[in-house]
Amino acid sequence: MAPGTGKRVALFATCINDTMFPSTPKAVVAVLERLGCSVEFPTDQTCCGQMLTNTGYFKQALPTVKTYVKAFEQYDYIVGPSGSCVGAVRHQHPMLARHAGDEGLAKASEDVITRTYDFTEFLVDVLGVTDVGAYFPHRVTYHPTCHSVRVAKVGDRPMRLLEAVRGIDLRPLPYSDQCCGFGGTFSVKNPDVSVAMGADKAHHVMETGAEYLVTGDNACLMHIGGLLHRMNAGIRTIHLAEILAHTDAEVPA
Amino acid sequence: MTATIPRLTPAPPPGTFLGMPAFPRAAKEALENQQLRKNLRHVTQTIRAKRSTRAEEVENWEDLRTAGEQIKNRVGRHLDQYLLQAEKAMTEAGITVHWARDADEANRIIVEIARAKDTREIVKIKSMVTQEIDLNEALEEAGIAAWETDLAELIVQLGHDRPSHILVPAIHRNRSEVREIFREEMGLWGVPAPEDLSDDPPDLAGAARAHLREKFLRAKVAVSGGNFIVAETGSLVIVESEGNGRMCLTLPQTLISVVGIEKLVPTFEDLEVFLRLLPRSSTAERMNPYTSIWTGVTPGDGPQDLHVVLLDNGRTKVLADPVGREALRCIRCSACMNVCPVYERVGGHAYGSVYPGPIGAILTPMLRGLDSDVDKSLPFASTLCGACNDVCPVKIPISDILVHLRNKVVEKKTAKHPTVESTIFGGVGWVMAKGWHLALVEQFAGLAGKAMKKQSYIGPIPLPVAIAWTRSRDIPVPPEQSFRKWWAAREEEGK
Ligand code: SF4
Repeated sequence: MAPGTGKRVALFATCINDTMFPSTPKAVVAVLERLGCSVEFPTDQTCCGQMLTNTGYFKQALPTVKTYVKAFEQYDYIVGPSGSCVGAVRHQHPMLARHAGDEGLAKASEDVITRTYDFTEFLVDVLGVTDVGAYFPHRVTYHPTCHSVRVAKVGDRPMRLLEAVRGIDLRPLPYSDQCCGFGGTFSVKNPDVSVAMGADKAHHVMETGAEYLVTGDNACLMHIGGLLHRMNAGIRTIHLAEILAHTDAEVPA
Repeated sequence: MTATIPRLTPAPPPGTFLGMPAFPRAAKEALENQQLRKNLRHVTQTIRAKRSTRAEEVENWEDLRTAGEQIKNRVGRHLDQYLLQAEKAMTEAGITVHWARDADEANRIIVEIARAKDTREIVKIKSMVTQEIDLNEALEEAGIAAWETDLAELIVQLGHDRPSHILVPAIHRNRSEVREIFREEMGLWGVPAPEDLSDDPPDLAGAARAHLREKFLRAKVAVSGGNFIVAETGSLVIVESEGNGRMCLTLPQTLISVVGIEKLVPTFEDLEVFLRLLPRSSTAERMNPYTSIWTGVTPGDGPQDLHVVLLDNGRTKVLADPVGREALRCIRCSACMNVCPVYERVGGHAYGSVYPGPIGAILTPMLRGLDSDVDKSLPFASTLCGACNDVCPVKIPISDILVHLRNKVVEKKTAKHPTVESTIFGGVGWVMAKGWHLALVEQFAGLAGKAMKKQSYIGPIPLPVAIAWTRSRDIPVPPEQSFRKWWAAREEEGK
């Protein structure tokens, strides 16, 4: 029996994936369904609100807390392909509700966040799998994004999942614990520092000789990828879920 | 300006911290300084690695951090009691205790003590707090020369410069620059450097030693900060590496210690926690070379006239903020800046304060208030990567406080009328409030994607905000179909 059999999962696509990188949530759907889960996409959902919260707009971020609770409260498993967004929901939503003096919402949020998982946590901890049957015959280097490590605390789960992918040639990334410099609105409020940090990250990625840079967060990938593309580095960026979705049947071009 | 009156000590660079440009501009300038970036990368990466070794080898490191956090929280909760207890204990031990509400009061007190001693110069131990109150310049104006005796602080002072790191204040200088500074400046203010001074570190240290010795032996008054005051016993504690501190603490007849009111620990036993946390977190040593602890006057031994100035200067204001108060636990170890990727690239000067790096980005605007451009920009001088939170020996949630202060900046800026940014974010708030709002916007993104079908990336876009991103980074073209639309189509098919 597939490990996900009987598990009803709500997909938290996140706004950036929904709008800019739909192939990532599609990949999540593919992997989860392959493992036997039944996936739903509550259409009321929007965003974790961290772009607003982290820029200081607490009031404007509050509706995202309400929307999240409303969209997901009836589910036992809420899964998002972003350590950063999942981390923001878990770490900031109750704070935002309390800041607005809404204790009821804070309580509701505290309840729903206990059922909110990063994609890699759900696979490893809930479904108990690291080998999801993926095949990806390429040179790949993994950057553990700051929020996935330090806020969502996904630990080595992404690495364990990648190591189980058949055909993969995993290259260790030097200085992988260093921030890439994206930082949400930091990237436009402090563009010079952001790019200086990103350039170092891009160089370290190039040193590995990888064809693909993989992370669990498309926002960071958009920043590093934007630099790599401007440099004509010939390195593509890819979300972890998309590697896990690939099987022998569908090798990427 | 007092340009015509000859100075007693090397003049600091012109301008004030508060007059400095906001962080993004100061940072851009710093990024162009290659020497600075090279030194910073080298020093921060070396010390970063050493610190984690020193932390990891302590089996109960996490418990120690928790203990440090809790002890300091207790001090904050009962600060009034501990301060009075400390005052009583210090007074009984023969120390004269002074209270200073702000920098002006503290400087006035110190100048008065020095004048009463009829001295024209004082020697100083490296201290953050006396930089915070700009004591050296206050003394200069009062006709008293203040000499920095820490090697790096001496380099900074003789170089007409400002410190750029709490622990390694001259991190932005290389050794040939130091040699030049010593050769040109030492002779103007005391014992000159030898004619044939090389840029070998032992030679440079030798020149500094000879230069400083004269001052140590002559000075009648010394000024120090303080790492800790034990409330129970009234003991003062200073932790240092070079021994210059020990000279200042023992040779002059009068010692004035300026200490922030948050520097208390309740009992002598509590020191044990901090004397383990601090050296490992700061210099990555198991134990720092010199730890001086003194409890009042010992007749016939060391300074016979001891003063302590307890300084508020904004600290009670910080304590009143339930989120921000956690920053008062800081023991100034500098681990947060050593690990900070932003600090590593721009250095200390860009932060426009004596407190740089992550702790500076939260503490400075709280102490000074969110009024100047630089103070309003500091909470945004971080990617929120969180590396600082993990190394802080007293577990200050720096990222959370940064976000909290960002909210305060926004509320302050938009209190009277909306700004361009708040209008944009108001729009973003609307989009993200409801699923169908987001779906609507995705229609437009999809249209843009359709129009640019042939491309996968966009280059520089000459519009505000967009150019900040696209000057150095390409941006992907939005897909024609959002995930939401794809899902709806799939559901439709499935039916
Ligand atoms: S905030 Fe923490 S890490 Fe930074 S200097 Fe203070 S005690 Fe050290």
